[in-house]
Amino acid sequence: MHDRLAMTLQDDLTERISQTGAKGVLIDISSLEMVDSFIGRMLGNIAAMSRVMDAETVVVGMQPAVAITLVELGLSLHGVRTALNVEKGMELLRTTISAYDRSGIDAGS
Amino acid sequence: MSLIATILKQHEAEILNEWLRDMGESTRRTDLISDAALKEQAKRFLRLFQEAAQGNNLADVNGPHWSAVRDMLTDISGSRAQQGFSPGETAMFVFSLKKPLFAQLRRNLAKDTDGLADETWAVTQLLDKLGLYTTEVYQRTRNEIIVRQQQEMLELSTPVIKLWEGILAVPLIGTLDSARTQVVMEALLQQIVSTGSGVAIIDITGVPTVDTLTAQHLLKTVTAARLMGADCIISGIRPQIAQTIVHLGVALGEVVTKASLADAFAQALKRTGQTVVKLGGQ
Repeated sequence: MHDRLAMTLQDDLTERISQTGAKGVLIDISSLEMVDSFIGRMLGNIAAMSRVMDAETVVVGMQPAVAITLVELGLSLHGVRTALNVEKGMELLRTTISAYDRSGIDAGS
Repeated sequence: MSLIATILKQHEAEILNEWLRDMGESTRRTDLISDAALKEQAKRFLRLFQEAAQGNNLADVNGPHWSAVRDMLTDISGSRAQQGFSPGETAMFVFSLKKPLFAQLRRNLAKDTDGLADETWAVTQLLDKLGLYTTEVYQRTRNEIIVRQQQEMLELSTPVIKLWEGILAVPLIGTLDSARTQVVMEALLQQIVSTGSGVAIIDITGVPTVDTLTAQHLLKTVTAARLMGADCIISGIRPQIAQTIVHLGVALGEVVTKASLADAFAQALKRTGQTVVKLGGQ
């Protein structure tokens, strides 16, 4: 995944979130075999942008080699939730989103 | 054909018998090799030696003429190392050939003292080089064994165990340096993927001391696991370790720590939505 693609992803994603009013974003990086610091920061940025637009982000399918590279680069991606695969990621999104909804209702009443 | 090659061809059986007899006096090791096997080895060596010596190039042991002899010596050296021979005993196999060869040379060159001295010197040099070659091969084999064992020790000392459905345990034993951390990380992440586990318990009961570097390595492992979607719990924090961590000001951040593996396991069960129930008494 090269830099321009990552920037395009950023634009497209924020656009889609606003169009569809999505509450959750699942980013599947299982076919990403290598990352560099740019991609790492990109992922963090995308998660932050989505949160600003009231959508939770979960990154799934990270390969062991990629995880080790990110750790060595010092990019721990704080604030980015992760899950092992798409199923677990969807479950995590579901529980997170419903928790927020509930807390919203409680705060309202 | 060189003189020594001719002598070997004409008196092969005689030289073989004398050689085997002389070998018996030094280091025969009948406990490690049978007489028949030893005779086979000696015979094969003599034959290859004779063929190589025909080439008249007695000085260059590393050349192509002597490659068959070198290969055979590599074979013997390797197998003897595994059988338990000392390198000296293996080298003696070659050196003990000197006596019968010199005896034959003396018989052949009785009238020619200069020629005898030259030939003796040439043969001595040759056999010395071949004998030393066996010790070099021996050393190389031992080194390979050591390297392989080191690798095995590294792998053995970092097992990743499946404690329960979705729960992994990594009992760390010994010091945690950067090399081991790498091995632990790779093994743990691989297991997280293959078992689909959501929780990993890293037990450091067997880690003698935790300094800032060790703590860094631990945190790296925890972060890597988290990136893959698995939570980590560090257990086995001994009282001394707890004191050291606070004194050093090591920032554990949000990492959950428990004193014992049992507590960590209970926590892990809770996190995966499970619990242990005692069956009603009958």
